[in-house]
Amino acid sequence: MPINYILKRLGYGLLLMLGVVVLNFFLIRLAPGDPAVVIAGEMGGATEEMLESIREEYGLNKPLLTQLWIYVSSVAQGDLGESFFFNQPVSKLIALRIGPTILLVIVAQILSIVIGVFLGVLAARKPNGIMSAFVSVFATIGYAVPVFWTGIMLIILFASTFPIFPVEGMQSVKLRDANIFIRSLDITHHLVLPAFTLAIIYLAQYARLSRASMLEVLGADYIRTARAKGASERSVLFKHALRNAALPILTIAGLQFGNLISGALLVETVYNWPGMGRLAFDSILRRDYPTIMGVLFFASAMVVIANLITDLSYRLADPRLRGKS
Amino acid sequence: MSDLEKTLRAQSPMAEAWRMFRRNIPAMFGLIILIMIILTTLYGAFVFTGDPYEIVWAPHEPPLLTPEFPLGTDYLGRDIIAGLLTGGAPTLAVGASAAIITMVIGITLGAFAGYYGGWVDTLLMRITEFFQVLPALLFAMVLVTLFSPSLITIAIAIGVVSWPQTARLTRAEFLRIKELEYVTAARAIGAQNGLIMWRVIIPNAAPPLIVSATLTVGVAILFEAGLSFLGLGDPNKMSWGLMIGMNREYILDAWWPVTFPGLAIFLTVFSVSLVGDGLNDAFNPKLRER
Repeated sequence: MPINYILKRLGYGLLLMLGVVVLNFFLIRLAPGDPAVVIAGEMGGATEEMLESIREEYGLNKPLLTQLWIYVSSVAQGDLGESFFFNQPVSKLIALRIGPTILLVIVAQILSIVIGVFLGVLAARKPNGIMSAFVSVFATIGYAVPVFWTGIMLIILFASTFPIFPVEGMQSVKLRDANIFIRSLDITHHLVLPAFTLAIIYLAQYARLSRASMLEVLGADYIRTARAKGASERSVLFKHALRNAALPILTIAGLQFGNLISGALLVETVYNWPGMGRLAFDSILRRDYPTIMGVLFFASAMVVIANLITDLSYRLADPRLRGKS
Repeated sequence: MSDLEKTLRAQSPMAEAWRMFRRNIPAMFGLIILIMIILTTLYGAFVFTGDPYEIVWAPHEPPLLTPEFPLGTDYLGRDIIAGLLTGGAPTLAVGASAAIITMVIGITLGAFAGYYGGWVDTLLMRITEFFQVLPALLFAMVLVTLFSPSLITIAIAIGVVSWPQTARLTRAEFLRIKELEYVTAARAIGAQNGLIMWRVIIPNAAPPLIVSATLTVGVAILFEAGLSFLGLGDPNKMSWGLMIGMNREYILDAWWPVTFPGLAIFLTVFSVSLVGDGLNDAFNPKLRER
């Protein structure tokens, strides 16, 4: 893969992030009221001294473009401001919370792609069979269920009726000091319900998409050739067909990432998962704007990175694109 | 039927699509459920006089035990049926108006990008990509918190976060249609750009846009429900999402106050997407002869 291409994509990603920072800046200024009061948080009951120090730090008495420059350059240096509610730098708050969110989102993404594609391939084998009908119905249902409600229903089911999975948080308090192996097991155990809840919506979409994509590919000449040369059904489906049907799935996987983060926000709130979504929710309730803006910045950065990875893997997966820039 | 008869019976594309739609059982099923939900919501909004915030009975009365409150009461003793009846209006209103906003922004930007190409296209597509980077729900939450949580703000916030897909779709349709002969013909007889865009291309791009509009309504309803669930909806309007949000703390004591509003949201979005799928099939000429 040409290094120029990667650099170009990286530069473009950075440009998008700059856009997010500028947007954040203007959102705070567009909000009704004194920006200093907005930044301090309306529930904080900020003193006049505090407001004055905010005005000083953000240069609120200076011209708008100077303010923008101050804001952009401090973000570029990793300073996202101070959360007045949590009394901590925003970057520190987010550093603590970003790991759990990435874990949740990636596990949910993998779960939904693997199970979804598998169901889709099974369905495509017999386009008019029971499995196909099941995938279609399941996809429509999965699309229509509010993700937070699925979460609540699963909590009701697993909290009392089948208490085999924890329904809250990420770690058990009593295992917090255990060794790393036990703790990983514990986190995995806590991850089952949130990840599955989040995966359900996308799982249904991947199943539907891969069914359609497989049906298209299965009609191709090279599939007939593969069958004619005596390849086993499994090899035809998973080696010859799926590899060619995978490209649209990959495209959607990249595009879905932003939605997945939105979904994670609701799932984290329902399961008290200590990630960025939970942080966003808490800070929005407290009108803690520096934190909210920081979360928006990092969540967008995650989408940019995911798009970059999709883009690059797309090129690896499609030999026709290799070497082009 | 002979070929001649078929030709004679040829109808307008919309009538033809409706004929296809009518024979699609899941789509008609969805349409009937959707009409029932809309009628119930209209009844709840304009005829029903009960107050969903009023405490009428003991808290957490289970469903089916008391004849006056067949779906039971919530954690404060408020009637769940009253909530369901009145809670549909904000959800449906926001869903519909957010979808309209989405379509207006998306179609306008997509049309200009696809029609004019060149730097206009590059610029508009860069803007679209930028908006696709923002996690939609989070951005809508920020907008609603910064400005007031009224139904209008919520509808605008949802519209602002969901238009990029419509814009991409419209652009793709414009790129395809603007090369077709009837567009050249329209230009040859002296039609101006505006006329070609809105009177020639848009009507021919209508089928996929109508399908996409339908699906957008579904997405917008889920958004509204999510925002209300988080407590970011209009606090003065009972809504299905808000009912779930308010009763969330008590789910282990009572399952019904959260289950029924969730079913209502699910049924609404489910019926909307059945209708959307049906429209998609009805507009697809490949499926028509069956």
